[in-house]
Parts: sequence; structure tokens; C-alpha cells
Amino acid sequence: MPDTAKLLEVDDVTIRFGGLTALDSVTFDIREGEILGLIGPNGAGKTTCFNVMTGVYQATSGQVRFDGAPLAKLKRHKITKLGIARTFQNIRLFKSMTVLENVMVGADAHSKVGFWDALLRTPRHRHTEEESTTRAKELLKIVGITARHDELAANLSYGDQRRLEIARAMATGPKLLCLDEPAAGFNPAEKVKLMDLIRKVRDQGYTVLLIEHDMRLVMGVTDRIVVLEFGRKIAEGAPEEIRDNPAVIAAYLGVEEDEDAS
Amino acid sequence: MTTTPTPPVSAPTNPLFRLGLWWDGVIDRYNALPRLYKVVLVLAFALFVYALPLVRPPLIATDRIDFGGVMFACAAYALIALGLNIVIGYAGLLDLGYIGFYAVGAYTTGVLTSYHWAWPFFLALPVAVAVTMLTGVILGAPTLRVRGDYLAIVTLGFGEIIRICVKNIEWLGASAGIKDINHPNTIGPAPKPPFDPGGLFAIPRLEWNGITPSLDHEHATHFLVFGARDAIPYYWLLLTALIVVLLGDRLVKASRVGRAWEATREDEDAAELMGVPTFKYKLMAFALGAAIGGLSGAFYASSQSGYISPDSFPLATSFLFVAAVIVGGSGNRWGAMVGGVLVAYLPERFRDFADYRLLVFGLALTVLAITRPEGLLPPRRTRRAKMMEAEIEQLEEGPVDA
Ligand SMILES: Nc1ncnc2c1ncn2[C@@H]1O[C@H](COP(=O)(O)OP(=O)(O)O)[C@@H](O)[C@H]1O
Ligand SMILES: [Mg+2]
Repeated sequence: MPDTAKLLEVDDVTIRFGGLTALDSVTFDIREGEILGLIGPNGAGKTTCFNVMTGVYQATSGQVRFDGAPLAKLKRHKITKLGIARTFQNIRLFKSMTVLENVMVGADAHSKVGFWDALLRTPRHRHTEEESTTRAKELLKIVGITARHDELAANLSYGDQRRLEIARAMATGPKLLCLDEPAAGFNPAEKVKLMDLIRKVRDQGYTVLLIEHDMRLVMGVTDRIVVLEFGRKIAEGAPEEIRDNPAVIAAYLGVEEDEDAS
Repeated sequence: MTTTPTPPVSAPTNPLFRLGLWWDGVIDRYNALPRLYKVVLVLAFALFVYALPLVRPPLIATDRIDFGGVMFACAAYALIALGLNIVIGYAGLLDLGYIGFYAVGAYTTGVLTSYHWAWPFFLALPVAVAVTMLTGVILGAPTLRVRGDYLAIVTLGFGEIIRICVKNIEWLGASAGIKDINHPNTIGPAPKPPFDPGGLFAIPRLEWNGITPSLDHEHATHFLVFGARDAIPYYWLLLTALIVVLLGDRLVKASRVGRAWEATREDEDAAELMGVPTFKYKLMAFALGAAIGGLSGAFYASSQSGYISPDSFPLATSFLFVAAVIVGGSGNRWGAMVGGVLVAYLPERFRDFADYRLLVFGLALTVLAITRPEGLLPPRRTRRAKMMEAEIEQLEEGPVDA
């Protein structure tokens, strides 16, 4: 992987919930155009990391910088507008909205249309609406959702719901796309397809941060990997380095292997 | 083993479900019509609604109380329900003190046209709406930042505080209230009592003898005289405002604004993380709702009696407003309006039950909450989701050995 510019820097971030230290002086960065894997056993702090990056939690100490500027105190929707988008480990779609509308909400993130545009049906409203609709349909095709666009999100199959989350996040036009266990609950074939999709997404110019439990998958798709355990970063490097890292094997692979065996 | 065909998925047979399906059918058939037919149909329907208090259909018309006045109340409640539906139905904000905004609109009109100044009604109207909207912003700005049940509690307090304030503030008429509030300006020659009723022309109303109608020239409506004699011109004016608001509601709902409201209602955190400035849109919904409440309040103040007092705005009525939206079908503008009309109309049509109307609506609400929490006529998508659920249930319960 060429050394491109740093897109996001997690700088010595600590976050505590009462007595529990969910992230303990974690430092890593994400470079433009790469797929970075964030792995670690359950409860390691991966999702918490996403939450700090997207403004859901404030770091107890330390800083997250995006494009060189600190994110602290920025409102969540502003962070999204800056270019960080995410999916959720527990699917959080707008269930009573249609498939297309879900993606449109994402596309609206950069829309300048306001109340008066809508009320007076200004040309700006019309153009923006047309553009977002086209873009949303494109994205639905990219992620491979074949269901009707006017179907309610709640009525989609589990897999399509996961894919819809990705389309919705991509619609916000992010530079950095954060996927929180997007393949959870998928069968092996679906997983492979999803990883192909993630590669395709990166090739379109997005930077991807991927939380994934399945080690083999992460190895196959990522350029670099950061490993967390009990809120601490225990390793960072290329997939092959991580695979051979004794600390990682002890902390993570051992457990995973056992799980697979059972 | 014989393979039994899976039973065709039939819709649940309960009448409310049928109502939903029937309504979907109506909408579908309407949507399939050529544009010209649509226009004609809508105009015909509008004309019918405008003419309703003159046509006085038997069974529907109230005979013991002035039907024009009842229709005015129906239109007023429909407008209120439409406004509150934006707050509760679209944005998912429980506003229990909506009557407070109604009161602010009414009192602004009263003060401007009668108590302290003598502005014409149509000059006071936009000011009343603006003042009410500002009140909404002032109330919403601090409270909408906080999640949870705060809003319900704060708005509840607001509804009561407004009433107590006007009751104790001399400048606002205190408990005596404000009378002689300016009516809207009459169009055409002004009436000169007792002999000249004024107006450009007179429209007779229908008198029904069984099922045979006849023209009743004695109780004609004079176009367009806003006075104490006849409620029908007020009804027409309010209905016109209602239609304008209805059209605006349609346009705004079918845009990124409507999507932002819905996304916020569904999952506020997720909406924010998808770039929706949720606070801004909640405040917008709250302020718009307030403005529409103020609009109806202004019309109420300047209506036939031209009199308002603190007792016109009890908190209980605020609950009726909420009941109207929820009974009708929160989130569906037609459902909400139907709810509003029912709440206004039923007690007048069945006078004996007027004293118990809170009790009856409370009971209806409880029963509805148990059997049909989404209201009589919920948004189509809610119905679709329900239908899907029913289908899945039926499939799961299907023959096990098939
Ligand atoms: N809001 C919270 N309050 C308290 N504890 C939390 C909160 N969010 C996460 N945690 C804790 O932080 C730890 C890391 O959680 P998480 O980031 O979800 O792990 P994972 O790596 O599986 O995504 C867990 O022990 C979890 O219980
Ligand atoms: Mg997690």
C-alpha cells in the first residue's frame, strides 16, 4: 500500500464509562484509499471506536482528527457532512420508510433544499430531488438490492437490510466509510460477495474502515489491520504480519479457532 | 400425503382493516385517472364540501343546533388536527399543550382587532400566525434539544400556563375575556340591520321534508357577510385556509423535509448520523404546528360570537386535539382530519353525549390503543407493514404437514 495522506487520525484516545475503560490510549490512523480492518474479540472496543469517530461519544481524553481538523464537539450531522459515514452493528434502518427513501435520507445530507424550496417547488428542489433519486437507485444497484424500491425497509430480508445500510451510508457521499460487522449473520457465500462489494467500493475512491469478526475475510480484503483487546491496541500491520503476531494469536485467534471448531 | 395448497393470504376481516383497504382502493383508482378527471373530481368534491352546510343532508345535518356552526367547528378541528399531525404524526413529538398555541393565536387577534387596537382581521391574521410561530420557537428551542418525555411535560405545562396567564393579566382581558373581536371584512354591501342583510347575493339553503328538498329563502346565506347571523361564510373562509394548508402540507411532506421528519421519528440517532440536523427539523415541525394552531385560533377568535375568554381554552380540549390525531391515524393527513371532524361533529350531532365527550373519547382512545394503536386511517405504509405481519403469521400458522 502506498503511503498516502492520513485521512483520519485517532490520537491517544481514551474513553471511560464509569469504571470501565472501553478505549485505553488508542492511536492509529487511516490512510486515503485503503481498507483498514479493525478487529478484536467481543467487547474489545471496536464499536466504541466508531462511536468516538462519529461523535456519538466524546473521548475522555485524546483526539480524533479528520483531514487534519479535530472532530471534538462537532455535531454528529456535521461530522457526517465532513465525510464520515457508518453502518450499525445492530441494523438501524428507518423501518417504516421505503428502501429508496432510506437511501434518499443519506443523499439529503448535502442537499441545500429547505422548507421554502419544498413548499414552492423551486427548480433547486426539482434538480436535487432528481439527482438524489438517480444516485440512490445507482447505489441500490451497486450494493445489489433487488427488492422493489418502494418496499418498506422493515420488509426486506436480513441480508438486504445490511446491504441497504451500506447504500444509505454511501449516499451521504463520505470520504471514509465505516462498516460495523457488515457480514454478521451472513453465510460464507454471501460473505465473499460482500467482500467483493467492499473492494469495489474502495476502487470507486472511498476509504473503508471495516470491523469484521471473521479473520479469514479480514485477511483477504484489508490492506492493513489494527487489533484491539480490552480497549488497547495490541497490534497493527499488514494482514500477514498480524497473522503471525503471537500477541494476536493469543488474544484473538485462539478464541476464534475454538469458536470455529465447536 | 396430499399436498394441500397454501391458503390464499386473505386480509384480516376486521372492519377497520377493510376501511384501510377501501381507502387504498379509492386512492389507487384516483391516481389511475387521467389528469383532467382528477381535476374535475377534486373540484366536485371541494364544491360538495363547500356546499355541505347549505345542502344540509338529512341524518348528517344537526337540527337542534345551527348546522353551519357545527361545520365551522368541524373545519376548525380538521385544521387543528392537520397542524398537530405535523408535530405528532410526522416528527413524532408529543405535544400535549397544543391548545396553548390556539390560545396565543386567538388572543393576538383579540388584542389587535378589538381590545387595544382596531386592526382589520386580515391584517391581524398574519401577525397572529407569526406571534404563535415565535412562541413555538421559544418553547421548542430549549426543550427539543432534550430527548425523551420532556416535551410532553413542558407542553402540558405550557397549555395550562397560557390559560392561567390570560386569566390573570388585565391587559389581556383577565377572566372577563375579550369581546367584539373584529370579524373578517364583509365582501359586498355591508348589512344594514334590521332590513338589509347586505352582501353581493343571497344563496338559499335546502330544507328537507323527509327526502324531498325544497329551497329555503328565509335562511339564505348572504355572500359574503361575516356577521353574527350566519356561520356559513366563516366556514367557507376557514375551509379555504384548510385547503391551502393541506396543499402546503402535501408539498412539504413529499420532500427532503418530510423525509427528515420521518427519519428523526424512526430513529433519531441514526438520522443524525446520516446527516439529518434533527434539532432543526424538530423545531421546524414544532413551529409549523404552532403556526397552524395559531391560524385556527385567529379564525376562532373572529368567528360568529367574536368573543374569547380563558375558559375557551381548557387543557381538556388539548387532549381532544391529541385524541383527534391519534384516533384518526397519526401520520396520515386525511386520517388526522377525519379524527378532527369526528371529535367536533359527534358531540354536536348526538347532543346527549356532549357532556360525556371527554369520557367517551377517552374510552374510544383506550379501546383503540388496545385493538388498533395506529388509529382509524393510518398512513398506507403502516397498513402495509401490518398486512405483511398478518401474512407472515398466517404462513407460520399454515398447515404443518404441507
Ligand atoms: N454506552 C456505554 N456504557 C457503558 N459501557 C459501554 C458503553 N458502550 C460500550 N460499553 C462497553 O465498552 C466495551 C466495548 O464495547 P464495544 O465497543 O461495543 O465492543 P466491540 O469491540 O464488541 O464492538 C464493552 O465492555 C461494552 O460493554
Ligand atoms: Mg461491536
